[in-house]
Amino acid sequence: MGQRTPLYDLHLALGAKMVDFGGWDMPLHYGSQVEEHHQVRRDCGVFDVSHMTVVDVQGADARPYLQRLLANDVARLQTPGKALYSAMLNEQGGVIDDLIVYLLGTVEVPAYRLVVNAATRDKDLAWMRAHSTEFDVELRERSDFALFAVQGPKARARTAELVSQSRASLIHELKPFQGLPDGEWFIARTGYTGEDGLEIMLPAGEAVAFFNDLVGAGISTIGLGARDTLRLEAGLNLYGQDMDEQSSPLACNLAWTVAWEPSERAFIGREALQRQHQAGGHPRLVGVVLEERGVLRAHQVVRVDGIGEGEITSGSFSPTLGKSIALARVPADTRDRAEVEIRGKWYPLRVVQPSFVRHGKVLI
Amino acid sequence: MSSIPADLRYATSHEWARLEADGSVTVGISDHAQQALGDVVFIELPEIGKVLDAGQEAGVVESVKAASDIYAPVGGEVIAINEALADSPESVNNDPYGSWFFKLQPSDASQLQKLLDSAGYQASIDG
Repeated sequence: MGQRTPLYDLHLALGAKMVDFGGWDMPLHYGSQVEEHHQVRRDCGVFDVSHMTVVDVQGADARPYLQRLLANDVARLQTPGKALYSAMLNEQGGVIDDLIVYLLGTVEVPAYRLVVNAATRDKDLAWMRAHSTEFDVELRERSDFALFAVQGPKARARTAELVSQSRASLIHELKPFQGLPDGEWFIARTGYTGEDGLEIMLPAGEAVAFFNDLVGAGISTIGLGARDTLRLEAGLNLYGQDMDEQSSPLACNLAWTVAWEPSERAFIGREALQRQHQAGGHPRLVGVVLEERGVLRAHQVVRVDGIGEGEITSGSFSPTLGKSIALARVPADTRDRAEVEIRGKWYPLRVVQPSFVRHGKVLI
Repeated sequence: MSSIPADLRYATSHEWARLEADGSVTVGISDHAQQALGDVVFIELPEIGKVLDAGQEAGVVESVKAASDIYAPVGGEVIAINEALADSPESVNNDPYGSWFFKLQPSDASQLQKLLDSAGYQASIDG
C-alpha cells in the first residue's frame, strides 16, 4: 500500500481509478482522462497534488544557501511572493530535481518556500540537508499541508466564489507566478497545465471540506493522467522522464532557468555546465509532432537523417490537437524533420518548439 | 463492473468473438479491456486477406495510457476490417461489443469452442 493524501477516501467515492505514483496512491482519472483534459482547457478542474513535497527554508543565510543550491538565482525574487522555477543540480550538472521556489517574508529578510517532486523527496531532502551545514539555515518540511491545483481559464474566478473575502481578493490580485499567504493558507498563481490557475496549500485538516466545496460547485476533479497530457501540451518537463541526474539543463530545454550572472555566484554544478556550454554540441530537448495516426511513447527511437539518433522522452496523444505529440532528446544539429520507430516501422516527425498549447491556443 | 454478454466467446487476452450465421467470426475487445486501457485513441487493424493463426498478433489498440496488442482468438483469414474505428476510436470505449475490429473466415470453426464462455471469462478476470 502506498502513501495516501487526506483526500484518498474522497477520490474512491468519486470513482477514481487509483495508481501508484512515486510511492503514493493517486487518482489516474475519474472516468475519462480525455474529458478531464478538455475540461481544464475549456473551463477548469481541480487536482489533488498533496503528494508533492513542500519545504520552507529560513534563517540568516537562506538566500546565500539557495544561491549555492539552485541553478536559478533567488536574488531575482524582488517582490514578496514572487516565484522562480529552477533546477537543483549535482556537481556534474545533472538534474537532481526541478522545483518552484517562492519568496516568503520580505526582500530584506527573506525566507523561501520550495515545492519539489514527490518521487524525489528523500534524495532531495538528503541533498538539501547535506549542503546546509555551512549555512545558518533551517529546513522544515511542511507535511502538514494539503496541496490542490485548480487550473483552467475560469479557475481563479470560480475558486474566488468559494473562499473568504480576503482570500478572494488575494486570488484576484495575484500576478502570474506569485504566491502569498492568507492565514494558514498559501495561494499561488502557478501550475503545470499551461493554463491560468492556482495552487493552494492549506492545512491537511481543511482539505476534505474545501475539496468538497470545489466539487460541490461543479468543478471537475482531474487525475494524474490528464495532468500528464496537459503538461506535455504545455511543453513542461516531467522529472524522471524528460530530465534526470544524467541530463543537464542544457539538454532539457532548461537553459533559460540557469542564471549565469552574476558570474561569481558559485552554484552547484556551475563548472560542469560551463564546460558543456563552451564545448557545445550537447543534445537538445525538442517538441515533435506525429502527422500520421499512432501514438508516440517514451523511449521510442528517433533518427535524424545524416545527423544521428535520439529518443522520445515523453509521448502521448494530445487531446487538444487530436494527434500524437512528444518531447524528444535529439542531436544538436537537428532541424525541422526527424523520424520515429514505432513497432518496427519508421514514421515522419515534425520538429517544433516544445510548447504545443498554451492558454487554450494551439502554438504549432 | 464490466459487461460480459452471454452470447459471445472470449479469449484470456480480452478479445470477444462471435460466430455469425455465414460462418465468419467477428472480433472485438471486451468491456473489461476497454476499461483497463482507458480512452482509446488509435487502432491498428490487420490487412484484409491476411491469414492469422489462433493467438497470433492481429493489431494494436492504443489508449492515451498505453499500447496493447490484440490477438486473433481463432485462426483464419481476415475478410473485413472496421474502417470506421479510424475516425472514431472512442467508440471502443462507448460501445465495446458494437465496435468490432475485424472479421475472420475461420480455418477451423471448432477452435471457437476452446474460447471461454461468459462465466469462464468472468472467472479469468476475477482471478
